[in-house]
Amino acid sequence: MLLIRCPYCEQERPEVEFSFAHQAHKPRPEAAGEPLDDHNWARWVYYQKNIKGVAHERWNHAAGCRKFFNAARDTVSSEIVATYKSGETPPVPESRIEGEDLSFDYENAEGGA
Amino acid sequence: MSQDFRLPAGGRIDRSERLNFTFDGQTFTGYRGDTVASALLANGVHLVGRSFKYHRPRGIVTAGVEEPNALIDCNITAQEKGTREANNRATFTELRHGLTTKSVNAFPNLNFDIGEINSLMARFIPAGFYYKSLLVSTGMWHRVVEPVIRRAAGLGVTDEVADVSRYDGHYLHADIVIVGAGPTGLQAARVAAKSGARVVLVEQDTECGGSLLRDPVEIDGMDADLWVATVEAELAAAPNVRVLTRTTLSGIFDHNMLTALERVTDHLDVQDAADDHRPRMRWHRVRAKQVVLATGSFERPLVFRNNDLPGIMFAGAVETYLQRYGVKTGNTGLFLVNNDMALSAAIKAKDAGIDVTVVDVRSESTGPNTERLMAMGVPFLTNHTLVEAKGGKRVKAAVVAPMNGDGTAISGEMRTIECDFIGSSSGYNPIVHLHCQSGAKLDFDPTTACFVPGAPMGATPTISAGGCKGLFSLNDALASGASAAQEAMDALGLQAAEATVVSASEEAHPGSLHIRHLWLLPTDKPTSKGGKFWVDFQNDVTAADLQLAVRENFRSVEHIKRYTTLGMATDQGKTSNINALGILSDVLGVTIPDIGTTTFRPPYTPTTFGAIAGREPGDFLDVARVTPMHDWHAEHGALFEDVGQWKRAWYYPKAGENMHAAVDRECRAVRESVGILDASTLGKIIVKGPDAAEFLNRVYTNKWMKLGVGRCRYGLMLGEDGMIMDDGVSSRVAEDEFLMTTTTGGAANVLSHLEDYLQTEWTDLKVYLTSVTEQWAVASLNGPKARALLSELCDDVDLSPESFKFMEWKEATVAGIPARIFRISFTGDLAFEINVPADKGMALWTALMTAGAKYGITPYGTEAMHVLRAEKGFIIVGQDTDGSLNPHDMDMSWIIGKDKDDFIGKRSLTRKDMSDPMRKQYVGILTDDPKEVLPEGAQLVNVADAPASAAPKSPVPMQGHVSSSYWSSAAGRSIALGIVKGGIARKGETLIVPMPDGRNVKVTLTDTVFVDAEGARQHG
Ligand SMILES: [Zn+2]
Repeated sequence: MLLIRCPYCEQERPEVEFSFAHQAHKPRPEAAGEPLDDHNWARWVYYQKNIKGVAHERWNHAAGCRKFFNAARDTVSSEIVATYKSGETPPVPESRIEGEDLSFDYENAEGGA
Repeated sequence: MSQDFRLPAGGRIDRSERLNFTFDGQTFTGYRGDTVASALLANGVHLVGRSFKYHRPRGIVTAGVEEPNALIDCNITAQEKGTREANNRATFTELRHGLTTKSVNAFPNLNFDIGEINSLMARFIPAGFYYKSLLVSTGMWHRVVEPVIRRAAGLGVTDEVADVSRYDGHYLHADIVIVGAGPTGLQAARVAAKSGARVVLVEQDTECGGSLLRDPVEIDGMDADLWVATVEAELAAAPNVRVLTRTTLSGIFDHNMLTALERVTDHLDVQDAADDHRPRMRWHRVRAKQVVLATGSFERPLVFRNNDLPGIMFAGAVETYLQRYGVKTGNTGLFLVNNDMALSAAIKAKDAGIDVTVVDVRSESTGPNTERLMAMGVPFLTNHTLVEAKGGKRVKAAVVAPMNGDGTAISGEMRTIECDFIGSSSGYNPIVHLHCQSGAKLDFDPTTACFVPGAPMGATPTISAGGCKGLFSLNDALASGASAAQEAMDALGLQAAEATVVSASEEAHPGSLHIRHLWLLPTDKPTSKGGKFWVDFQNDVTAADLQLAVRENFRSVEHIKRYTTLGMATDQGKTSNINALGILSDVLGVTIPDIGTTTFRPPYTPTTFGAIAGREPGDFLDVARVTPMHDWHAEHGALFEDVGQWKRAWYYPKAGENMHAAVDRECRAVRESVGILDASTLGKIIVKGPDAAEFLNRVYTNKWMKLGVGRCRYGLMLGEDGMIMDDGVSSRVAEDEFLMTTTTGGAANVLSHLEDYLQTEWTDLKVYLTSVTEQWAVASLNGPKARALLSELCDDVDLSPESFKFMEWKEATVAGIPARIFRISFTGDLAFEINVPADKGMALWTALMTAGAKYGITPYGTEAMHVLRAEKGFIIVGQDTDGSLNPHDMDMSWIIGKDKDDFIGKRSLTRKDMSDPMRKQYVGILTDDPKEVLPEGAQLVNVADAPASAAPKSPVPMQGHVSSSYWSSAAGRSIALGIVKGGIARKGETLIVPMPDGRNVKVTLTDTVFVDAEGARQHG
């Protein structure tokens, strides 16, 4: 079971108090300056990055302060590299393990029509 | 029976305490300090079980937790019921007075066993038998195959009554957890204790000492016992150390969350255990900053023909029984080895007066143990193979022969050596289970022919030391224990204490094995002919099975494991996996590391479920949420339905009524006079703040800005994908406040959905959300007499239809209780939902029941509620929708605010596919026969595709399915709702519902409203 530091409560708490929400820092097409066509929209709705390596994730301290915050988590080792408040700049970048197959990935998604 | 095989002296048993126990009905005696296995062996009992598949006679083969054969059913305490436990390993079960034990899997008894007939059928039960038997016809499976498997297979029988033992859960926090209190773990604990760390030392055995308990060599000139006692005293005196014996570290999870099972009373005599006030076991959940593994190693056996006969054991087990328990395995022993270390068992046996012969498969054997045996005059055969073991329920002899140079064939005369036991050793496997559970990999060490821990992995790596790291010399192990602790102290940022340097006498444990790996001993016939070569004793997997799997083209070890069931029994292949990999590497022609290992999963050894459940079995397993009126429902005979964690009244049967009759009566009451429903479970969220209306406008599809105070509105909530997520009525309490209701099951999800948007997307909106689900009790009056009844109890509000309209709410006093009354209806009838503070719920309910008696007020449950709403075509999110349906699909396009700027799901709804007329759409479904009530989930097909039988040869294209289906007395017939491709435009069309019994039921697609289509009743 993970130990997660809630950046609002400023405490390490067990995973059972938290729920995973979704990929963090995922701008809507219009916020990312992209045309809001069906392709971009479908990609935003249906695709997640699914990083093998350090990923930015949104978590909720559901059985605690109920705040949503972000975590940089290594999806291979489950190490939580950092947690930070919503709206803050990630203190560590995302990183991918070399050689990973990205063909099904968010950035390369075909999207829908 | 007397203990004929007990040595006159020696061992760690207490001969002053004689303990009586039974095995399969026969009474035996052993001593305090025995295991059930050592006591049985002291009495000359080797045959303890029958094998899983072939029901072969099986004996004790190990002296520890890895035991595959000696599984026993035993009573935990003297209590009569609820204390039997199956599949205990006799080699790990402490003997206690009054224990009654039984062999498992030996119908009708151990000695005469009908299952042995399987041996004659062995060639019909090859590898993959279970999979191949799945290919027979269904009838063949039910009539023949399954009963045969069920009768023949299976280990042990579970107790038929609930476990009466008590269990406890316990949390521990430690700077360092050290697993294993052998010499390595003790050295590590000393260093960690001196460094000031918070230490937990976990040992599965009854006492500390590990390998020293069976081989008490001198350490630092001290007798092993004294050395262990000295270290234990040091640890006991340290306030920062906790030593847990009889505790198995069973699992390592993320971020060093460890689970450990402590056996608190299982060693007590059964009467004492029954009277003891403590829990039987404690399940420790330990959060450790650092973990040092000092779990030692397992011996593995050599694989030869008939190597499963009782009396054939691991060499180290023979040594343990001699040294720790003072028990001789037999009188004439043959030791079959491929390494130096195992020979120490032969020396101890010879010392104990046993006739010993050694067969060494190595071409040269020159170590100190060999020299010593030669000097003792022990017959010593090198470069020999054991061709086959002979015997029935006990080994009687071994056939041996010289081998050719590469060990692939015999090269000379076979000769027979009589023996009543064989001690075999093929080397040692470091116990890497916990290392692997932590996520780390293994490296193969060809010198010692075993897997050793590879590089640590992840945020919270474990540190291995001693035998589990592949260090077989005692001095190396002691040194590595100390250095592992120092490494952990460094990681903790503590100043690591110097280790007290200790050393053991060199000759005792040189550590060099000089191993020759021969995974399958050469013989005179192929493995498929004659007796079998057993690899996995517990699941009856043979060398021939593995070879067959490869011939059938299985290559991945994970596939071979599942196909042959290798390593899948309760011992998880602790003694068999490496031998199997060795045999596979020979057949496949690849190295063992290239084959790889299978995955090590928790628990390390079998764990009693009760211990994991702890104090939370039965009613404590999950939270049950009940409404303030729950006790009334229970007293009035309600049956309850689980909705999420809520207990909701389902229906209230009267004497002699079945469900159908009760629901029918409840529905008629609502349509004819008045019914009352406990609606307290609906999710209720206060939405408050200057932007509350704007917020609702964004989360619902329809418009909310202009809803007046005192008005209510139905809303549909979509996900970003445009699909229906939840629904409910929200009411404007004030300019800046709404009360939102959600479905009972969706309340928690809706709240976090809304909070997510407020906190991360629309941080500029000034809105607070507060869940008030449990603050309000809700009684919903429904039916034509609802107004008459309510007006008797409420005189401060005009309830007339002119001044209190449908979809309005008012503050009022009902039966003297301050209340909010909502004119909203989920039945389509005249309805008032009365909300009062939760603690007044029961008072409100009983007042309504009393006043309502003259109207025949009838409480109704969720089932009647479902029927009544279906009569009106109202959807239930999650029953009629499934996450792939949008408002257009549900014929609810009217609820989408056309000129709204935005709302969640709006962009997705504009995609062309979302309004495709051929999507599955919500329709009514009426059977041609009005009495036929369709099963929910039934599929609909086109008339042209109607199948000719219940099992059509080819698949039939589906058009949709039935989502709701009931008998409706208001409609005077059965009614159903469902989802059908292009259904809205197909109303009037006939379709077919093929039934499991082969009938094709004709149905017509209709509108979704079956009662009061113009909606006059709810506005009345
Ligand atoms: Zn928090």
